[in-house]
Amino acid sequence: MFAAMDRIPILRMGDFLLVTIQLDMHDQLASALQDDLTTKIAEANAKGVLIDISSLDIVDSFIGRMLATTSAMARVLGAETVVVGMQPAVAITLVELGLDLSGVHTALDVEKGMEMLRNRISLPELGNTDVRF
Amino acid sequence: MSDFEIIPVVESKDIVAVRHAVRQQAVKIKFSLVDQTKIVTAASELARNMFVYAGGGEVTLEVLQEDARHGLRARFVDKGPGIANIDLALRDGFTTGRGLGLGLGGAKRLVNEFSIESTPGKGTRVTITRWR
Repeated sequence: MFAAMDRIPILRMGDFLLVTIQLDMHDQLASALQDDLTTKIAEANAKGVLIDISSLDIVDSFIGRMLATTSAMARVLGAETVVVGMQPAVAITLVELGLDLSGVHTALDVEKGMEMLRNRISLPELGNTDVRF
Repeated sequence: MSDFEIIPVVESKDIVAVRHAVRQQAVKIKFSLVDQTKIVTAASELARNMFVYAGGGEVTLEVLQEDARHGLRARFVDKGPGIANIDLALRDGFTTGRGLGLGLGGAKRLVNEFSIESTPGKGTRVTITRWR
């Protein structure tokens, strides 16, 4: 079962990294993802990161903070981050909780997030579509 | 009519177990998706507080029925160091740990009823209730 794994896979697509967070994420898994992602950005010289949270049915202050700090770290390493697919109920709850995600770019889905990254980075079209794990 | 469920919080993964149990009960009494999300998120914050500041504790879930309305109550009881100044602890941004200081105040905003009792040196009990 996925939840039993102790790492969240990071997919490389050209200059971008794609992370799909599945099911419920416990705190250690979130911290491990932050470490893995920053390492991978540097290794791959990635220009953009998409974090798909459409499977997450809650984002509490711990996960929210992880998203915000990951995005800040990525920026320091030269990559833009877009968090995509937040469920409406999660967004409503986050605002009421009082979590400020103003430093984090968000988009409705992976496609729009990709478009946002391309615009922000002004890369030529993704010529390289090979997908590596 | 009431129904009790007890979930011990000993390690950080138990926070996920608390979220699942709260979700399951909230679905059972037909909370809307937003209401489910709110009480699960509040429970996650409080369970983590218990784990981080008190080294763990116990969560008791109770399904309530008053006349035609249903509610879900969660009680978080720990034997940790207690909270010296509750007003201060409820304020956004206040933290003695490394968190964001949103746990208590944030959880309070996500539920209909919130109460906290704490005795320094003895422990803390937080009770939240959300009605459908």
